[in-house]
Amino acid sequence: MSFLRNTLNKIKPHFLKGGKLEKLYPAYDAFETFLFVPNHTTITKCHVRDSIDLKRTMGTVILALIPCLIFGCYNIGYQYYSQFDPSFITQNFNGFFNLFLYGLMKVFPMIVVSYGVGLSIEFAFAVFRKHPVNEGYLVTGMLIPLIFPIDCPLWIVALSVVFAVIIGKEVFGGTGMNILNPALLARGFAFFAYPTKLSGDKVWVSQGSTDTISGETALGELATLVKDNVSEAHVNDVLSNFGSDGSYSLLNSFLGFIPGSIGETSVVAVLIGAGILLLTGLGSWRIMFSALIGGFFMASIFKFWGANPFMELNPIHQLCIGGFMFAIVFMATDPVSAAQTNTGKLVYGFLCGFLGIMIRVFNPAYPEGIMLAILFMNVMAPLIDHYVVQASIKRRMNRINI
Amino acid sequence: MEVKISKGKNISLKGSAEKVCSEFLSATYSVKPVNFHGLKPKLSVKVGDSVLAGGSLFFDKEFEKIQFVSPVSGIVEKIIRGEKRKLLEIVIKANKKNRYKKYNISGYKKYNNDKLKELFFESGLWSLIKQRPFSTVADPVKLPKSIFISCFDSSPLAPDYDFILSHKEKEFQKGIDVISSFCNGKVHMNVDGDADSDFFKNIEGVQLNKFHGPHPAGNVGIQIHHIDPINKGDVVWVLSPQSIITIGNFFLTGKYENNKTIAVTGSELKKPKYFNVFQGVNVFELLKGNLKSGKKRFISGNVLHGDTIEENGHIGFFEEQITVIPEGDYYELFGWAMPGFKKYSFSRAFLSSLFPQKKLTLDTNMHGEERAYVVSGQYENLVPMDIFPVQLIKSILVEDIELMEKLGIYEVAPEDFALCEFACTSKMPVQDILRHGLDLVKKECS
Repeated sequence: MSFLRNTLNKIKPHFLKGGKLEKLYPAYDAFETFLFVPNHTTITKCHVRDSIDLKRTMGTVILALIPCLIFGCYNIGYQYYSQFDPSFITQNFNGFFNLFLYGLMKVFPMIVVSYGVGLSIEFAFAVFRKHPVNEGYLVTGMLIPLIFPIDCPLWIVALSVVFAVIIGKEVFGGTGMNILNPALLARGFAFFAYPTKLSGDKVWVSQGSTDTISGETALGELATLVKDNVSEAHVNDVLSNFGSDGSYSLLNSFLGFIPGSIGETSVVAVLIGAGILLLTGLGSWRIMFSALIGGFFMASIFKFWGANPFMELNPIHQLCIGGFMFAIVFMATDPVSAAQTNTGKLVYGFLCGFLGIMIRVFNPAYPEGIMLAILFMNVMAPLIDHYVVQASIKRRMNRINI
Repeated sequence: MEVKISKGKNISLKGSAEKVCSEFLSATYSVKPVNFHGLKPKLSVKVGDSVLAGGSLFFDKEFEKIQFVSPVSGIVEKIIRGEKRKLLEIVIKANKKNRYKKYNISGYKKYNNDKLKELFFESGLWSLIKQRPFSTVADPVKLPKSIFISCFDSSPLAPDYDFILSHKEKEFQKGIDVISSFCNGKVHMNVDGDADSDFFKNIEGVQLNKFHGPHPAGNVGIQIHHIDPINKGDVVWVLSPQSIITIGNFFLTGKYENNKTIAVTGSELKKPKYFNVFQGVNVFELLKGNLKSGKKRFISGNVLHGDTIEENGHIGFFEEQITVIPEGDYYELFGWAMPGFKKYSFSRAFLSSLFPQKKLTLDTNMHGEERAYVVSGQYENLVPMDIFPVQLIKSILVEDIELMEKLGIYEVAPEDFALCEFACTSKMPVQDILRHGLDLVKKECS
């Protein structure tokens, strides 16, 4: 430790004012404070401070994402081998590890690209604007791979990151000033710019070296039910897949053994993450809870309405498929782009869930309705807060008139 | 009236004062004009002058009748100035025996308000009265709609007023009687509803309000908000119980005797206890032999909103507590990633939340760097008022005065947001921002 500290002390003067590398100070500072919590002491009125800082906050959120990442890697291997060579799947630790390793080999490059590209831009902006590197991207950089299909080309990931960080965040002034959630924006960008690479039945399951493996997401499968002139045989075929023995059964959807974006499939892994966020108090229970209610409410209305087989899906099942759970736990709760007031959070969360299910069922071409719903609600969040704050202002005004 | 407060948090630190009190006289005392926020002081003495206890040291340039007086008799030893010759501190070398300036108080009961005010101005008693909004010396022109006395302090290691005030009923009652003549409204005396205090039960001429709940329940700003909130144009006076005693004592003896009991607290003291001292006592002599080794920070006041002072500095005008805590100027390898069994946090992001310590030792480390706002919902749980703290702070950052007024800036003082500054993930200097906002509004209003 003292060796590290001494080295840093030795090179630090080069980055300070008057040093040769003065301009690169924000980059140096980011590395130094990553290694060491700095020796800064309080100079303002409050002489003692809470131990928490943004690094700890972001670190904890990444920790909450780890279960999704691990299961995601495993599921990639599982989906691949269940078609390529089912005998490879064994019920012991070795089997688990091999499948996990296969998935990790596929996911790792995406994580590297996401962090590499995103952090480079963050550092460049920090140096250019002379402000410290904000930790916000640490979470975004992990979220982005988790919400992309496994066979999405790396260059699309890279391009989406560039778009999300520059247009979504830096033009507004960096982390804390953005209006939209950067990770969702990356996904939205890829979805609309390269629709063929982010939909269909080829991208959700790793192809390996073959080109024969196919796998549709649960939502993609359901979307085929609402097209014109669907044969009854097809409807029964799909619905049986969603029955208790089918590949998209409630149990499989809950555990996560279905094709989908890397981190989103397992409700169990998402719930572990949600548990970490709620226990540490870093995720808003208001948003998670009300989004769940909102989604369930909309799904129940559809169930009651029952205009097509998609709508008739059991509401719980509806919530377990697609990215719904992942999005309301990790995306809707992003404190920067969500509503900021407590009452506002309840309204915001409810509408996220409500609209998310509504979009996916009404327009099956947009299976990731929750993504669009949250992006839409990100834009609406300041308006919700405005009305909540206005109510307080009105109470204060009324006090004077009495 | 009983008020239950649910938002807020108590921070329980090591080093609370044992209920033992001893007399203490130091060689020097000081009065700091900077303790009266916004005051433009003009000196009435120079180095080498001799003053009596209760004799003027400086006065308000904008309202010259308001005098700020010496707590002891002696010789003006030093006048300390800061940047741009700003007057920081007037140090008086005390005589062995205190000689008082005698004020004529006979027949004060028949005085009308204006005449009584003159006496307050001249004798330095006016400087004991703070006003809300803005938390400054009371406006001499505008009389208050009500007067608030917070009779308990909920901040960390705070002195216990029940202990401090015992045997001073006579002075306290006198002080209440005199001060209430300035106000047509009520005098509110707010006590800790959870403590069983005998002292305050027998005081007459006040409305007794009981407050339950964690810090900042003892902050007078919170109490005003719940009992008689301030609107634009209102003025409320706030006084500490020991100021009431100084006023009461004055009208019993004719002497300005700003004598108070202070708590000497903090984890870096061998024996935290109470001392009976004159205002502005020198802390070096007071703490001699009572300090543990290591680098320390000396705070006049408490850890949440006190002022840093030198090791040989003097206690501030309104403070009734000295806190000594360790400095935290150390590096910590991967400090943000460690499990943190001993790291205190309001959040539960460290394992310390599973094994809470009963009494904490906190140092002055920032535990991170300043950032833009990212996390939301933190402040809301720490400010027990119908106020949106983050929105208010943001309105100050953009200097939108109209919005500040709408969001309730008249009702707050920096100390009411001290817990927000403590807890802030982004390490915002919340109290400084709030003070800036108050200054802006005050300037706009005058």
